[in-house]
Amino acid sequence: MIIGYRNMKRIKHQTTVLACCILAVIFFFPIFWMVLTSFKTELQAIQFPPVLFFEPTLENFSIINENSDYTKHALNSIITSLGATALAIIIAVPSAYSMAFFPGRYTKDILLWMLSTKMLPAVAVLMPIYLLAQWSNLLDTRIVLIFILAMMNLPIIMWLLFAYFKEIPKEILEASRMDGASTMEEIRYVVLPLAWGGIASAALLSIVLCWNEAFWTILLTAADAGTLTALVASYSMPEGLFWAKLSAASTLACAPIVVFGWFAQKQLVQGLTFGAVK
Amino acid sequence: MKINIHKILQAPSIILLLLWMIVPLGMTLYFSFQRYHLLYPERSGFAGLSNYDFFLTDPALGVSVLNTLTLVGGVIVISVILGLGISLLLQEAFRGRGIIRILLISPFFIMPTVNALMWKNMFMNPAYGLFAYISEIFGLPVVNWLAELPLLSIIIMLSWQWTPFALLIFMTSLQSMDQEQIEAAEIEGAGFWAKFRYLTLPHLGRAIGVVVMIQAIFHLGVFAEIYVTTGGGPGHDSTNTTWLIFKQALLAFDVGVASAGGVFAIIVANIIAFFLIKTVAKGMGK
Amino acid sequence: MRKSIKILASSAIIAVASSTAVQAGELTIATVNNGHMIKMQGLTHHFEAANPGVTVNWVTLDEGTLRSRVTTDIATKGGQFDVMTIGMYEAPMWGAKGWLNKLEFDASYDTEDLLPAIRDGLSSGGNLYAAPFYGESSMIMYRKDLLDAAGMSMPDNPTWGHIQDAAAAMTDRANGVSGICLRGKPGWGDNMAFLTTMANSFGGKWFDEDWKPALDSPAWNHAVSFYVDLLTKYGPPGSEGNSFGEILPLTQTGKCGMWIDATIAASFISDPAESEVADVIAYAQSPVAVTSRGANWLWAWSLAVPAGTEQAEDAKAFVQWATSKDYIALVGKELGWGSVPTGTRASTYEIAEFKAAANFAEAELKAINSADPSFSSQDRTPYQGVQFAAIPEFQEIGAEVGQQMSAALAGTITVEQALYNSQAYAVRAMKRAGY
Repeated sequence: MIIGYRNMKRIKHQTTVLACCILAVIFFFPIFWMVLTSFKTELQAIQFPPVLFFEPTLENFSIINENSDYTKHALNSIITSLGATALAIIIAVPSAYSMAFFPGRYTKDILLWMLSTKMLPAVAVLMPIYLLAQWSNLLDTRIVLIFILAMMNLPIIMWLLFAYFKEIPKEILEASRMDGASTMEEIRYVVLPLAWGGIASAALLSIVLCWNEAFWTILLTAADAGTLTALVASYSMPEGLFWAKLSAASTLACAPIVVFGWFAQKQLVQGLTFGAVK
Repeated sequence: MKINIHKILQAPSIILLLLWMIVPLGMTLYFSFQRYHLLYPERSGFAGLSNYDFFLTDPALGVSVLNTLTLVGGVIVISVILGLGISLLLQEAFRGRGIIRILLISPFFIMPTVNALMWKNMFMNPAYGLFAYISEIFGLPVVNWLAELPLLSIIIMLSWQWTPFALLIFMTSLQSMDQEQIEAAEIEGAGFWAKFRYLTLPHLGRAIGVVVMIQAIFHLGVFAEIYVTTGGGPGHDSTNTTWLIFKQALLAFDVGVASAGGVFAIIVANIIAFFLIKTVAKGMGK
Repeated sequence: MRKSIKILASSAIIAVASSTAVQAGELTIATVNNGHMIKMQGLTHHFEAANPGVTVNWVTLDEGTLRSRVTTDIATKGGQFDVMTIGMYEAPMWGAKGWLNKLEFDASYDTEDLLPAIRDGLSSGGNLYAAPFYGESSMIMYRKDLLDAAGMSMPDNPTWGHIQDAAAAMTDRANGVSGICLRGKPGWGDNMAFLTTMANSFGGKWFDEDWKPALDSPAWNHAVSFYVDLLTKYGPPGSEGNSFGEILPLTQTGKCGMWIDATIAASFISDPAESEVADVIAYAQSPVAVTSRGANWLWAWSLAVPAGTEQAEDAKAFVQWATSKDYIALVGKELGWGSVPTGTRASTYEIAEFKAAANFAEAELKAINSADPSFSSQDRTPYQGVQFAAIPEFQEIGAEVGQQMSAALAGTITVEQALYNSQAYAVRAMKRAGY
């Protein structure tokens, strides 16, 4: 009887592991295929049936390296993503703290209103934003991108932080307050350490969203501030065969953020402490 | 005293967002009542309701609203269900779980345009795509995805990208589940479904709310995926409201009509958000 | 945590401090990502060496994005670009509005050498507003081996009926060969570029003399019905998603018996390095139905200098360099004569090395010379352009009609319905525009 129970548990365990593996392969396969294609020649890339084994070539990467300034685009992506995220987090943490622990009569409405600022489709405000950027002489600068991306992500960061802060037991804060901590001290020494995982995940999300934003980063930039999305746009639909080159450009454009995401998520899922505190 | 400091803490985010909203929105509202065409700078002046009239009588408007709803609903349902399922599977501890987790989350880090181009060229292409190849192996008719099932194709692309987002949020949230409670329930003989229904789901309520709201906001404005794949077609089969506005803004360059479309989109989005909050997002801010 | 906040904050400060300002002597050029442009970028150091103090920055985008980007910029006087890559659609419109600088070159440039059809298409009121970088028309490219095997021949000016017979004879489904490949992907520069030439030849046009849309005419119905029927019977699967980029690999791998598309395609499919059918490809002029007028399109990717750029002189110098005879010779020497940008100058077609390297030269020149943007349908039309109408409303109308045609090709609606919807849409848009 006991053996049967153990067996069942083992089978259940093995099925779960197998299911996880299959799902992981399915979800990751497109990325794998893209990276694989980036090492093919253009003719191999369109071969049918598709080829799995071939002599890899670095030609696509060297073409991109020759024709485009990858470093400049990558640097712009890094600066705008980090800058916008930093700006948004710095603004959001105190507000979300205050709303989560000292909600007022309108807090919920304010949060919903914040999210509603994201409902205006970017295409509809292209002209207003373009004209504002032009009047303030900020077209094709990283400053304007940082500001826009920060404002775009601020509502989402507010929501996530609010939700995470809500999970922190109020008693802990009350205890610290009884010890005579000021509001700023409370944020710094109590809330921040407890909500580290929440803030990190909000920041991670914001960085990813900034990195992948492809409307403003293309339409407001020219030669100076173009990010990696602009690099991809320059390989997206040319004349002639382009799948392998596009795959290489995409691999280059996505690699930094994917690798960053890998490290970050490990930190994130392991480093979560809040909520578990009793 | 306390109230003051909280006003100060909340002020930056509220003021900045207020500006960020009011200035462009104000300009959009103003433009929506103006004759403003980029390619006819000489035409200007008050336009009355003619921009609204033109946008709202677009023959594709009804279809586009329906497509928008299908798109948003479809992606949310798929990504929440898959995200929930996978996050529960990943509760099981095993060697290599970290890597599996990484592989599963990766699609979220891919640029939307890259995502769409990849699916379009390498998978859904009827002549060279992997799907066509798989169909051929099994002797099935080749599906021309983007022409025959354009909206479904876009839902697949978006779900592939956003399921990992749901998964990430759910995994984070499950970390803080009370294990003692679960063990207690197990000792009392609670089965999987009972545990799921009465412990996991309530615990994830807020996380699900966040996922649904954020996704709704993003998918209401889906644009890049349509731009690089179907261009809203065939016919109007994959036209959403954002696409209609895009046509006015960047093909016709009629800023007046595009602005009227923007105002319409905000109204639609708010109605949808209102219903979402009523049904799903009750978990927020409890 | 504090540390990471510090890192984020300092990176924000660095970002703000390091934003660069436009410097004198820096030219910013917006262009499309086509092969000839990529080669031009690679050769730019020659220009920079000849013009000390001038550096060139490139902004390369796909066609649609580029068009949105430069139109927004020029209409708002954004001043982001010193040179813009535009086509025959934009050049006369923007020139007439005074948005582009007139291009007057010295004698060494030899403006008279530019092909007349191309030059006219880029001018407004007798002034040249954009210099052609490379030009193209459309023609038939076919697999002579398959046609010979079928016991048929291809006259230089075939009729659509003949094309239908040839397509039927060449189609070999068992071996994956389609008799004919044509554009079907929606877009005014995609399926509509081709379909407009076909409709022109069937006697159709976009607008009549009173600017009334003419898509409900019998001519359009004949043309589109013929097109749908042809592709359904003899076309490759998924034609409604095919445009230049999709058909090129099909043709290169031998899956298309015939392909009617941009003459520039010839340089790709006659290149043995990337084409399996390079040695069996032959060329003929676009097929004709009731008139040859407008049966083949005309397009030129061209360089223009927006009015109000602070570096008009340097910008003009670059345009002159990139579209000169010397540049063509430079490409020929450095990259091979098969790679030179064609379709702009009569003198190019007299260069022996070029003629030897490009077996399509003669057919291409003939196609370009036979196009007339100011008179491209059976009857006179009020608009300029062969495969488009050079009015601001056309992009939007063309995009919508393209979607309708693609739906008709996919079989989700009938040809009649598609044309009815198209006509209604065009009437609405034209009324709105005040015609």
